[in-house]
Amino acid sequence: MSAPSLTSSGPPAGSKVLLIISVLGAFLAVLGAGLTHDTIFRLQAGTFAIAAIIAGFVLSSGLAGGKLQDHPDQYSDNIIKAGVIATMFWAAAGLLAGVVIAAQLSWPNLLFFPEAGWTNFGRLRPLHTSAVIFAFGGNALIATSFWVVQRTCKARLAGGITPWFVFWGYQLFIVLAATGYLMGATQGKEYAEPVWYTDIWLTIVWVAYLLVFLGTIWKRKEPHIYVANWFYLAFIVTIALLHLVNNAAVPVGWLNHRSYGAMSGVQDALTQWWYGHNAVGFFLTAGFLAMMYYFVPKRVERPVYSYRLSIVHFWALIFIYIWAGPHHLHYTALPQWAQTLGMTFSIMLWMPSWGGMINGLMTLSGAWDKLRTDPVVRMMVVAIAFYGMATFEGPVMSIRAVNALSHYTDWTIGHVHSGALGWNGFITFGAIYCMVPWLWKKKAMYSNKLIEWHFWIATTGILLYIAAMWVSGIMEGLMWREYTPQGFLAYSFIETVSAKHIENVIRTIGGLMFLTGALIMIVNIWKTITSPELDLAAAELTDDTSATPATANA
Amino acid sequence: MAHEKETDEVTGVETTGHEWDGIRELDNPLPRWWLWIWYVSIAWAIVYWVLMPAWPGVSGYTKGILGQSDRVAVGKELKALEGHRGEGAALLRTASLEQIEKDPKLSAYAQQVGQSIFGDNCATCHGIGGTGGKGYANLRDDVWLWGGKLEDIQYTITHGVRSNDAETRFSAMPAFGRDEMLNTAQIDDLTEYVVKLSGRQADAAAVGRAAPLFEAQCVACHGVDGKGVQEMGGPDLTDADWLYGADRADIRSQIFSGNGGVMPAWGGRLSPETIKALSVYIHANAGGQ
Repeated sequence: MSAPSLTSSGPPAGSKVLLIISVLGAFLAVLGAGLTHDTIFRLQAGTFAIAAIIAGFVLSSGLAGGKLQDHPDQYSDNIIKAGVIATMFWAAAGLLAGVVIAAQLSWPNLLFFPEAGWTNFGRLRPLHTSAVIFAFGGNALIATSFWVVQRTCKARLAGGITPWFVFWGYQLFIVLAATGYLMGATQGKEYAEPVWYTDIWLTIVWVAYLLVFLGTIWKRKEPHIYVANWFYLAFIVTIALLHLVNNAAVPVGWLNHRSYGAMSGVQDALTQWWYGHNAVGFFLTAGFLAMMYYFVPKRVERPVYSYRLSIVHFWALIFIYIWAGPHHLHYTALPQWAQTLGMTFSIMLWMPSWGGMINGLMTLSGAWDKLRTDPVVRMMVVAIAFYGMATFEGPVMSIRAVNALSHYTDWTIGHVHSGALGWNGFITFGAIYCMVPWLWKKKAMYSNKLIEWHFWIATTGILLYIAAMWVSGIMEGLMWREYTPQGFLAYSFIETVSAKHIENVIRTIGGLMFLTGALIMIVNIWKTITSPELDLAAAELTDDTSATPATANA
Repeated sequence: MAHEKETDEVTGVETTGHEWDGIRELDNPLPRWWLWIWYVSIAWAIVYWVLMPAWPGVSGYTKGILGQSDRVAVGKELKALEGHRGEGAALLRTASLEQIEKDPKLSAYAQQVGQSIFGDNCATCHGIGGTGGKGYANLRDDVWLWGGKLEDIQYTITHGVRSNDAETRFSAMPAFGRDEMLNTAQIDDLTEYVVKLSGRQADAAAVGRAAPLFEAQCVACHGVDGKGVQEMGGPDLTDADWLYGADRADIRSQIFSGNGGVMPAWGGRLSPETIKALSVYIHANAGGQ
């Protein structure tokens, strides 16, 4: 794999099958759109049909013109380029949606448009959460996993055309989910809002993703499987399991977007939070730890701190995380014993979570000076610091006595965002700052200064955000439990909402700063890609592993 | 691609000998502090399981040796709260609404209770200041759709308006336009008539045409003079107070589609003495009758 050649062996495997599936999919979608009486279903089937028709057109013209060629002796990097662009596009969209809803919470009357239902907070909020978690985070995970699994297995992605199906199929899932939310199509389950047919589509795409990933590991030319790949695999497998169980539902009709959940009452709530918490655990933790395990040692050019720690904390994380969900249902109809288990497993999860932090931070030993000189390293280290903070704060908040104050307040929102902005956002930005010059064969990013600006603006934004949420969260939590001397609640709910206006405004500013940082990054990436400078030495470095300094030193 | 174990120059620690894409791993042991904190957290969990309700079995679950139960604890806390609310609550139970309002001590207590209950239950629709909004009655003025005496207020709170309570207050403004009871021209004329009733400038010809219509369709609830019939829940159309807006467009829209909001019956949710306190609170803070 050291010298990429331009030899080809015809179109990628499965291209013709995918073409047939596209045509069939377009036909079924048009049929569904025609037969249904449900406007939302019709629009979504129409969207699906358009996507399938475009896919069919691109595939057939690619096959006919001979443009669609497989290069089995090269890494599949074009798909990762597409993934990087998609990641940044969805970052901008998702963060913008976040700023908009933060502004709605700050100025509810000014930004309330009853005539335009799609602008309502209730529809934009899942748009924001899905866009940042599944669109931004998901694309980042797919793109980096495709990079990492190829490099650490010394094998091209398996499955011929399948990786492209995964990529575009995933974008279609995002579009179907997002447009559905705006029209009011939702299952009403937090982080699992997409309706039943969107869920089925994601299942198909996800199984294809799993097969591509497993296939690539299967044909690896390395004796061992690198730790990052364990984490990616745990993320892919567990998300499939969570998705299938939590979304079990019976559609009202095959041409209707509505459905009834398979579970109800407290069983449904527990399943939902088993899903919800493990979406955090396996999507936002395991997947992004995989990113960390590759890009941190790669960037700082130091060995991973402890192999043993990575094994122990990996298995501990996997086995303990899956139990922690009930801490989302403290002091509810959930039986107390289940709350106990949720809390105690959350406490036992603290150190397994920190194992990743230790391995990430200690990998810098011998290279701490890079914090001063390389803003990308600084960004990844701050990401790990936020990871450590959030995974400490989480167990603390899972303690029932603490949760009695923190639950339902902005504290939770602050906690989530220190993880999401600090950890997921920054580790992704770090990974992409690493990959862009490698992918587009440039010496480095266009501007280090712009990375510095990104880092400082976004870091300040995160701090403003979480500090504001700590203050407003604890304040409203205390106001909710305040009694008058006569033994009646001292504040009405709306008074506790008005009381946090200033904090809401600060949160909006913090979010706006984080968005600004991402936009600066997009400009920087654009300038890097379009810069004419082509440095072949850098290209060699990434494609030929034997030339890396780590082994060169040995 | 097997590699030999090597010693890392910076730390002096041996590597595992694995290598992927230039990434190697050091063979550091698990950090002691990490391991011990983890052990302690596991030990803490086990102790907690022994003390508290924890593991499910075939029938029931382990209760824990402390015998703690949330359900029992909540019961105790509610009892304690009731005790704390004390004699004021007991007096409210036996006193009549008038007695509560006249007795300064009881009245002050009722105000406290009422304010708290109002904020948590009523403010959502009537506003934190009680001034209402479009479709939600203003409780701070002296205009009452269902009566402003203490007993009237108490009845409305207890049974609601258009609620699912058997004794609910009930009135239904017909949707003259939507249900095609009147045509567009007639609704336009009636709108002018209602505007005129409230003492404003209106198209005299339209008012003339609408007079027989008003008599035929509206007087049963709004009265011959348009001053409303409180027993029927028919609002006064001659004053400046409008539940669904004072503009011509608002009035026309109300004649066309006959909106009627729902107020829940609170009798099943709040205790009788709480409703008493709430009635006194609302009565005292508005132009009560």
